[in-house]
Amino acid sequence: MSERIIIRGGRVIDPATKLDTIADVLVEDGRISAVGAGLAAEGAREIDARGLVVAPGFIDLHTHLRDPGLEYKEDIESGTRAAARGGFTTVCAMPNTEPAMDNRSIIEYVLREAAARGHVRVLPIGAVSKGRAGKELAELGDLAAAGCVGFSDDGSPVHDATLMRRALEYASAFDLPIIDHCEEKSLTQDAVMHEGWVSTRLGLRAAPAAAEESLVARDIALAEATGAHVHIAHLSTRGAVDAMRRAKARGVRVTAEVTPHHLTLTDEVVAFGALGGDALLYETNAKVNPPLRSREDVDACVAALADGAIDCIATDHAPHAVIEKECEFDDAAFGISGLETAFGLCMRLVHEGRLTLPALIERLTAGPVRALGLDRHVPGIGALAAGAPADIVLLDPDAEYAVEPERFASKGKNTPLGGVTLKGAVAATIAGGRIVHESGVAVG
Amino acid sequence: MTTMRPLETRAAEAAAPFAAPGAEEGAWRRRHLLDLDDFSVDELDFVMRTTDAMKEVLSREVPRVPALRGTTIVTLFYENSTRTRSSFELAGKVLGADVINVSASGSSVTKGESLVDTVKTLQAVGADVLVMRHNRSGAPYLAARHAHCSVVNAGDGLHAHPTQGLLDLYTMRTSLGDVRGKRVVIVGDVLHSRVARSNMWSLTALGADVTVCGPPTLIPAGLGRDTEGRLPPVRVETDIDRAIEGADVVMTLRMQLERMHGGFVPGAREYSRLYQVNAARLGLAKPGALVLHPGPMNEGVEISHEVAHGLQSHVEEQVQNGVAVRMAVLWLITRGAGAKPARAAARGSL
Repeated sequence: MSERIIIRGGRVIDPATKLDTIADVLVEDGRISAVGAGLAAEGAREIDARGLVVAPGFIDLHTHLRDPGLEYKEDIESGTRAAARGGFTTVCAMPNTEPAMDNRSIIEYVLREAAARGHVRVLPIGAVSKGRAGKELAELGDLAAAGCVGFSDDGSPVHDATLMRRALEYASAFDLPIIDHCEEKSLTQDAVMHEGWVSTRLGLRAAPAAAEESLVARDIALAEATGAHVHIAHLSTRGAVDAMRRAKARGVRVTAEVTPHHLTLTDEVVAFGALGGDALLYETNAKVNPPLRSREDVDACVAALADGAIDCIATDHAPHAVIEKECEFDDAAFGISGLETAFGLCMRLVHEGRLTLPALIERLTAGPVRALGLDRHVPGIGALAAGAPADIVLLDPDAEYAVEPERFASKGKNTPLGGVTLKGAVAATIAGGRIVHESGVAVG
Repeated sequence: MTTMRPLETRAAEAAAPFAAPGAEEGAWRRRHLLDLDDFSVDELDFVMRTTDAMKEVLSREVPRVPALRGTTIVTLFYENSTRTRSSFELAGKVLGADVINVSASGSSVTKGESLVDTVKTLQAVGADVLVMRHNRSGAPYLAARHAHCSVVNAGDGLHAHPTQGLLDLYTMRTSLGDVRGKRVVIVGDVLHSRVARSNMWSLTALGADVTVCGPPTLIPAGLGRDTEGRLPPVRVETDIDRAIEGADVVMTLRMQLERMHGGFVPGAREYSRLYQVNAARLGLAKPGALVLHPGPMNEGVEISHEVAHGLQSHVEEQVQNGVAVRMAVLWLITRGAGAKPARAAARGSL
């Protein structure tokens, strides 16, 4: 049961209400009841947040919970526990489960599991096509009625342009976006990393940046033609950033997300690991799709996140079992377990002076809300305002620690960041008025 | 109950049968041979001098020495191979090692046992050296990370083929002496060639002037551009006549049939017209320029029959040198300064 909680004396940063001040936050009945200085809260449980940042709970538009069907990689309980550790109070569950989340009964299963065992809010993303096969539209109306906040065949692009056009048109009746994994498959056959000098060095088959850029361009053209909303998943190249900028300037309904790893890691991590060095590692934990790109691409993504050409950060949390990564690089699964390192990794941008802390928090809270219009589904989400859900995160921006994958809550220990020191920690997470994660804060 | 003799004693005894430069010179400190990308000039020179000693052994009336007696070498091949495998096997036998050949097919993941488990199994059986060929780039690196024993890369995917690079170097040095300043042209499917990749590292490390030549569809990304020393500094040329002019060495690469149907080139006819090393083109190179080919050759495609078997062809010599180079590698890996008493480590306190 939720209780009365008073969070005292933290630096409250809420981009949605343009707040950045030392204040208290009072939580009652699962909702925020007041934000202000010197709030009276007799009998409330007290959290001393002095020296910490208090912000709205993070919202991840792109989480692979793997449930149903792939519970050996992750399930709704472990995935949402990992989310809580990472400061996320809402995750959007991607539909590439087995079976795919392409019909109402599977969506209902996910929501039921989340209600019974979840630690944070789960908002489902429905499949665009039946079985994610890219042939026929799934019953998007029924999926919308069941609670889906968008549609995606993620893992695969919607490759057929006519199907994509129809999906955009049809989904616009429910005012929901199509979220596309942009990858021209005919350019990425057998590819396992980004094409560049690193792929030449390693002798690995590689995908050019143009594979992403050509499909982003197509999706923008279709969004412009239909007036419908397309959301670009895990954007990762400089050319795609340029296309986004031009499209937004024309008023096209296109939004985009970028992952923490595409903002901070380059393809060199595949060769030498995140700790660097000269020895070739063939780091399978850095094998991800879209692949880690060049320094120029990373810099373009950071600049676009800062200036708003990219709307928000999403983790693309993709947990896998150990044996799916401890194998030959070509055979390893794509994906990084990202929920528990997202904040610390993104804080690099803040510590390097490339993004302000309020801007980073915006891209993890109000940004995703705006991108998908989530406040239509959950009123008040992503804001620290009276009446909003009590989804709150306490952050210690200067705490340093080494990443220990074996201690992740996620079943997926697949991160290239093992042993890397991050600076910026999630001290506590409150979801719906319940403390779902705490470390290093005094809770009295 | 037997006790292991100290390694120093064994090394001293074993050093007797030929005139190899002593391990005490310390130029070899490797436990594994994975690629040539980090070889120094001194190391390459040391391998070459060791190979000289092995050539001498091979020229004896009975080319057998007990240098590696008691050493178990396992060849683990996930890809078909005739020359590399038989060359390693013979190299091990000439030195008196026990050689066990293990074949595997397909990806370890789809076949059940993982590569890591296979490596651990062979090591437990008693392998001191694992000679490994794999169709996946980087597979020997994975094996080396999990192995106590030594791993020798006998070709991994598109990535590296270090012993081929060493035998090519040995062949060039036999005819040319020092390769510094010499013009080497590598012609053909560089994109899919682990041989080209390893050769580029060793040759540029020694100061050779290397040009790679082929259709742009078969040149790997970034090659020939300034990548701050992170790729070997070679020149890229798409016109074979310009590339070959004045060359000291012309190395042709195998053009696999499936690449021709894969859209990389329009077909064998046009490829051979544009990129075949034939007598007329060889005439543009320096008189007496060496012709090399890692084999197996597609005569009439990447190389004409007359050039393949002509006076300038050193293809058979490459194969012969392959045995000596692999003897040198096996010797250095197991007896050099970087060698570790693998079996003692694997057996723990036995």
